[in-house]
Amino acid sequence: MNTPAAPELPATLDAARLSQELAAQIRPRLRPNTHLVGLYTGGVWLAETLAEQLGLGAPGVLDISFYRDDLNERGLALAPKPSAPGIDINDAHIILVDDILQTGRTIRAALNVLFDYGRPACVELAVLVDRGERQLPIAAQYCALTLSSPLPEHQRLKLERGAAGELQLRLER
Amino acid sequence: MSTPHHPQLDRDGRLQHLLTLEGLPREILTSILDNAAPFLAVAEREIKKVPLLRGKSIFNLFFENSTRTRTTFEIAAKRLSADIVNLNISTSSTAKGESLLDTIDNLCAMHADMFVVRHASSGAPFLIARHLANIGRNDIHIVNAGDGRHAHPTQGLLDMYTIRHYKGGFEHLRVAIVGDILHSRVARSQIAALTTLGVPEIRVIGPGTLLPHDCARLGVRVYHDIREGLRDVDVVMMLRLQNERMNGALLPTPQEFFKVWGLTAEKLALAKPDAIVMHPGPLNRGVEIDSAVADSPQAVILPQVTFGIAVRMAVMSMLAA
Repeated sequence: MNTPAAPELPATLDAARLSQELAAQIRPRLRPNTHLVGLYTGGVWLAETLAEQLGLGAPGVLDISFYRDDLNERGLALAPKPSAPGIDINDAHIILVDDILQTGRTIRAALNVLFDYGRPACVELAVLVDRGERQLPIAAQYCALTLSSPLPEHQRLKLERGAAGELQLRLER
Repeated sequence: MSTPHHPQLDRDGRLQHLLTLEGLPREILTSILDNAAPFLAVAEREIKKVPLLRGKSIFNLFFENSTRTRTTFEIAAKRLSADIVNLNISTSSTAKGESLLDTIDNLCAMHADMFVVRHASSGAPFLIARHLANIGRNDIHIVNAGDGRHAHPTQGLLDMYTIRHYKGGFEHLRVAIVGDILHSRVARSQIAALTTLGVPEIRVIGPGTLLPHDCARLGVRVYHDIREGLRDVDVVMMLRLQNERMNGALLPTPQEFFKVWGLTAEKLALAKPDAIVMHPGPLNRGVEIDSAVADSPQAVILPQVTFGIAVRMAVMSMLAA
């Protein structure tokens, strides 16, 4: 029997509390030109929640399907969505928002998408959970929960949104 | 020799080549249309380019003249960051006597990833696809950019995209295809796609000499009177009069054709008030369509061109993936 290296995580995590924690980290560092940009799909939901908590305008959205580095292995994502940063990102303070940070490849692709829209003054990263196992030199400036040791490979952490808009973080074992 | 049931699908049911819309499952047609939408957004950016097909080599093989289709494939490939090479067939080795398949073998040796093929002979892209399978090159993909009178699948797809964009769906529509059906690979692709996508009533309208004699077998209603045929339709798809494919007395003069079959405002008024008018281009003003109609708000001919690039980007990405 394989014993997971990670301490047991509950099957569901309180995403509402985690997103409040994330908003609290971001709030003192807001600037007049801060703009949130969420990554499909979980990051968009989270960005919408954060924007409401922080009193910011509607967040931008990015789909990284056309910038992936694994087209040959995985093919084109089913029905990619149009990207729309929402504002003129030139000289803006952008906070990229995603639900889970793992290898860093998604963020690498997101940075490339973003820079095809302009030249932001700076870009930061906010994530709900950092599950480690980075394959690229990428770090989150804002993170509500950092796992101290890696989850078993087959376990997926997934952000879900209920009918009433409530966020839930679920661990698929 | 046994040929697979779907020469354009791989073993997992994914698109391997795009040769014809006939027999393509509805899910695949729909997924191409769905995938095209975000590519449309890419074209509206200042940097109209994504790195999706970086490093892929695509060859435009046009054995028959075309400006628009060749250019839109070229733009689509460039916006996907692929390297596209236009082969000028009329001055190439084909003119010196090289066979089609020898040309293909040579381009394979140059590490091609995709061929976009237009040919005056129906079935030429199928021949190339079978050849690639025979030599074990399933990694190379073919897009049919029009073969003889047979098929022009990307045109059919961009037409479906246009209809869905303006009409929201297919299940409630009455669609008329007007003009030279006999010589039209576009019409054949349109009929196949409209049928698969569930359009309940497809009408073809044209003179007897320009309709295939067994037209009704395709499940369409045949009209020899344009006024009767246009009544209450939601979509009017005009076809170009293909003078270059005609030999013999199929037609009176272009002026006479216009008088009877040309789309004028007066005839269009018989269709639904919100009917859209489509045309695959190039337009023959004053032959199949009156200028006043071609330039009217009901005409969606230029949006068709814009959608065509996004649809071709979607097809190329799905094939190369």
